Amino acid sequence: MHGIPISYFLILSAILFSLGVIGVIIRRNVIIVFMSIELMLNAVNLTFVAFSNHLNNIEGQIFVFLVMVVAAAEVAVGLGLIVAMFRLRETVHLDDIRLLKW
Amino acid sequence: MLQNILFFVFAILAVAGAVMVISFRNPVYCALSLVLTLFSLAGEYVLLLAHFIAIVHIAVYAGAIVVLFLFVIMLLNIRREERAPGSIKYMVYLGVPLGLVLLYELVSIGFREFTDVYVKATDIGTVEKIGQALFSKYVLPFEITSILLLVAMLGAIYLSKQKLEIVSK
Repeated sequence: MHGIPISYFLILSAILFSLGVIGVIIRRNVIIVFMSIELMLNAVNLTFVAFSNHLNNIEGQIFVFLVMVVAAAEVAVGLGLIVAMFRLRETVHLDDIRLLKW
Repeated sequence: MLQNILFFVFAILAVAGAVMVISFRNPVYCALSLVLTLFSLAGEYVLLLAHFIAIVHIAVYAGAIVVLFLFVIMLLNIRREERAPGSIKYMVYLGVPLGLVLLYELVSIGFREFTDVYVKATDIGTVEKIGQALFSKYVLPFEITSILLLVAMLGAIYLSKQKLEIVSK
């Protein structure tokens, strides 16, 4: 009896990653761009877990755990930045936030 | 067979949620679609026999991250930003083809290789095995994680409590 091929998980992960990239490109709302970045992180996590199962190696899942911690920290700091930027500029629109551009 | 059906159900739900995340105008709907994607991904982790990762995934993402997103969306009351146009118009017609090219490049590997290897019955994903690895071989990264979380917490509090006075237009 065969299970699910590993390639199915890779294809699903590729689709989710591409959707995240498209979201980052086409959306102009900082919060939704953030959600798209979360989508990309999750897609990579799925690849890690799939290969962890394929190679029978626990390190992939340890790495996924660490990626989740980093994602949580990133969201905490990033949303703090968004709140600070909103209080300063009263906008979450990416094209209005160009403090470092000229 | 049942596994394949479950895989496709979860995969379709995950992709549908992801599409809704990047297409809804209202950020609240986007956050709720993100919950759909994350729960489906937890189902995929269970199919890969990574039980610990599946549980932690639901707890961290659905329990913490999406709630944080919703808090910020409701705190900022950004509904009037919804239809603000971008400086580059027709970004959709540029972004979607680029994303499809990326998709083709990534998916071609998935179709070409690893098609004849299947998900194995293994116990490396159980809480017991992950805990043993995390507290013996990987105890240093695990402890450094706590410092990272502390720094992130301090940074978030500092950014939120700061007095912001310079309003330059």
